[in-house]
Amino acid sequence: MGILDSKIPSGPLAEKWTKHKNEINLVNPANKRNIDIIVVGTGLAGGSAAASFAELGYNVKTFCYQDSPRRAHSIAAQGGINASKNYQGDGDSDYRLFYDTVKGGDYRSREANVYRLAEVSGNIIDQCVSQGVPFARDYGGLLDNRSFGGVLVSRTFYAKGQTGQQLLLGAYAAMNRQIHRGKIKSYTRHEMLDLVLVDGKARGIIARDLVTGEIERHSAHAVVIASGGYGNLFFLSTYCMGANVMAAWRTHRRGAFFANPCYTQIHPTCIPVSGEHQSKLTLMSESLRNDGRIWVPKNLEDAKAIREGKLKPTQLKEEDRDYYLERRYPAFGNLVPRDVASRAAKERCDAGYGVNKTGEAVYLDFDAAIMRYGSEKALTTGLKDADDAHIRKLGEEVVEAKYGNLFQMYEKIVDENPYKTPMMIYPAVHYTMGGLWVDYNLQTTIPGCYAAGEANFSDHGANRLGASALMQGLADGYFVLPYTIGDFLADDIRTGPIPTDTEEFDNAEKDVLDKINRLMSAKGVNSVDYYHKKLGKIMWNNCGMSRNAEGLKDAIKEIAALRKDFWENVKVPGAADDKNQELEKAGRVADFLEIGELFAMDALVRNESCGGHFREEYQTPEGEALRDDENFKFVSAWEYKGEPKDAKLHKENLVYENIEVKTRSYK
Amino acid sequence: MKIYLKIWRQKDASSKGKIVDYTMDGIEGDMSFLEMLDILNEDLISKGEVPIEFDHDCREGICGTCSLQINGRPHGPDRLITVCQLHMRSFKDGDTIVIEPFRAKAFPVIKDLIVDRNAFERIQQAGGFISVNTSGKTVDANNIPIRKENADKAFNAAACIGCGACVAACKNASAMLFTSAKVSQFALLPQGRVEATERVQNMVRQMDLEGFGNCTNTGACEIECPKGISLENIARMNREYLSASIKG
Repeated sequence: MGILDSKIPSGPLAEKWTKHKNEINLVNPANKRNIDIIVVGTGLAGGSAAASFAELGYNVKTFCYQDSPRRAHSIAAQGGINASKNYQGDGDSDYRLFYDTVKGGDYRSREANVYRLAEVSGNIIDQCVSQGVPFARDYGGLLDNRSFGGVLVSRTFYAKGQTGQQLLLGAYAAMNRQIHRGKIKSYTRHEMLDLVLVDGKARGIIARDLVTGEIERHSAHAVVIASGGYGNLFFLSTYCMGANVMAAWRTHRRGAFFANPCYTQIHPTCIPVSGEHQSKLTLMSESLRNDGRIWVPKNLEDAKAIREGKLKPTQLKEEDRDYYLERRYPAFGNLVPRDVASRAAKERCDAGYGVNKTGEAVYLDFDAAIMRYGSEKALTTGLKDADDAHIRKLGEEVVEAKYGNLFQMYEKIVDENPYKTPMMIYPAVHYTMGGLWVDYNLQTTIPGCYAAGEANFSDHGANRLGASALMQGLADGYFVLPYTIGDFLADDIRTGPIPTDTEEFDNAEKDVLDKINRLMSAKGVNSVDYYHKKLGKIMWNNCGMSRNAEGLKDAIKEIAALRKDFWENVKVPGAADDKNQELEKAGRVADFLEIGELFAMDALVRNESCGGHFREEYQTPEGEALRDDENFKFVSAWEYKGEPKDAKLHKENLVYENIEVKTRSYK
Repeated sequence: MKIYLKIWRQKDASSKGKIVDYTMDGIEGDMSFLEMLDILNEDLISKGEVPIEFDHDCREGICGTCSLQINGRPHGPDRLITVCQLHMRSFKDGDTIVIEPFRAKAFPVIKDLIVDRNAFERIQQAGGFISVNTSGKTVDANNIPIRKENADKAFNAAACIGCGACVAACKNASAMLFTSAKVSQFALLPQGRVEATERVQNMVRQMDLEGFGNCTNTGACEIECPKGISLENIARMNREYLSASIKG
């Protein structure tokens, strides 16, 4: 491999992390006071890392484009966070969590990283509880769990449908404590526009104050990129409107390799698109698949009648429904992993069984769960001969207690009552497994530059399991980076503050200003959204749930042409030295127009199907993903060489010593 | 639908603002309120005008970024939602809609409909945390059993998204509901009791320093809160504050 050294420690899998911690360099507490760290992004990964660094004694600067660190999009995670606590006594263990995650990722993640993730997962829950995160509890006062897709145990901790919010508030509170002590300086409404390298090391950033438009220089001894994923390049997604790849992409342009850009998660249970005006898609938590059954009509004529409004789903008899996940995957049923569930929905809709006006929706039905919970409730409250209507009422109450906020959200958006008629859902872009390539220390290929959370690539392989993103973000920030960053910073105890009046900062700032000037002075024909929507269509049609060589080649050409058009004709009103949301958007879309092309190139190179990457040419006769371990058991890591088409591919071979690599089956 | 809009435009913090009229046609009920504003902005851009700046991000009612005062009510006419969850089906053809930023002395306008809510940040920095290091070297999570009733109440208080609607709804621009939600969450949990005295004192002191008004129990904050944070929390905070004052 040469250039890509993953730095995985030697020794048995379960001992690697402890051994590594014992062997890496430490910085003594007095010296930490002389060392600065920049953290870009304040979601679960960035927020937890910043708080932990500050506690250790480093001087931290955090940057986020939101008006408060607490608003990062980790806050929108609904369902839960995994941990191998085995509180339910159902046979869970670090190994099983590790195994499920590697298998869920379709054998395209790094064993040692995933094991470490599983190993620290239990500690995350302890930490969060001690911070006052109000997880759901049972009547005995102990923590409750539920199940998520792709696993056979209950290991997901949750706080109703707002787990991400509660965990982020925990990390944010830890940050606040350090802001109060003066150990963190929080820059809100700021956006990182470039990474500054000095002698080949990451030593600072160029940022824009989004309120005044001022371009600022900030230096540090190390920079952590925790700016999330790039799924917004699809325009429509479950990401927040501001989510962008700028920090990660500008880091890539400065030399950090970008890994597996084509690995995208398309989440199966989102509210379907309602029209051209749509600006974003809303997720309905995977936890709903604990109780909801997914189906489409068995007969094409019924589906047609439903689409035309002549038939209601509740009128369809049981035998006329096709519970296709239960049919195809009896062992996991409605709780198959996300990539499998999404593809299965697309398959049914493509075959003509879709149930909304556009034919792009399937049903998620709670009727069986309402009746089951209702009967149980009737029995436990001594109502031996309750009638169906009464049982239904009791059942609806139980379902409301479990998923009330999600049902309310659905009703607000769709204007239908999901207690009375099944929800309509369709897959939507939700997460990107690809990201900046990092080694075992979470360091990118630029010394001193680290990447954490969704911004890196390391733990989820080609498909992420539900409730694992929160786990990874917090593992990276609370328990990995605080150790591994010291190994690099140990060489900087005598460096002293990094000056910003140097040639390196001059040049980086000039690049940034040039780019802004180009955007402001383009011909001004089409708005930023015009380009973003066009890019989104290309991505969704050619690089979405299923891909083929021809479509990918078209996408590469179309994106390159769109990018050229953008730089010539984009229209950015207002001024650069002012609050200017259009300019913010323009900078972000400019980067999406580059990563989009690399994304398609990566998907074209990977002549196999794995996880979220489904190439139509490579499938089994039953339509399941067909991996090619002989030729593609590697991480693709792209080196920036100017135009995206010139990017150079490096490969990190994946070695599996503890898990037998086999066909992923959920049947 | 045809809609008549009256929108607050203000160039920056130091400029004087004014209401500007816009008319929109072809609005569908399935559009969200913010999507309606997106369309207006696209229209303004195509005419070479400067679009209207407003805060928004997750567009699913959880980040707490959006902050519009619509026809005099924070987050508009419906209850228990944020602006981004409001749909145009809540309005009818020919309606006039007045859109302003949240109004409070402690929330100065930055531009157009965007306000500065850093006062909330500082209140939380003053004590909205439990002083435990993030090393993970704590007790096992299940070693701290918590009565479900208290856990649920703490959760309900913690559901606050920090949007500031409570302040915008209050005639005194009081931040009692916001501050009390944070105080309550920790006061209800054994982990948070340890520092409860200092926490309530520090947070209330900061709240007063920021220039928020007093609470006169009108309850407007609870009505307009998109997460339904209960007034009970204010009562709890008053109790905590009183007992902290006695303890000194």
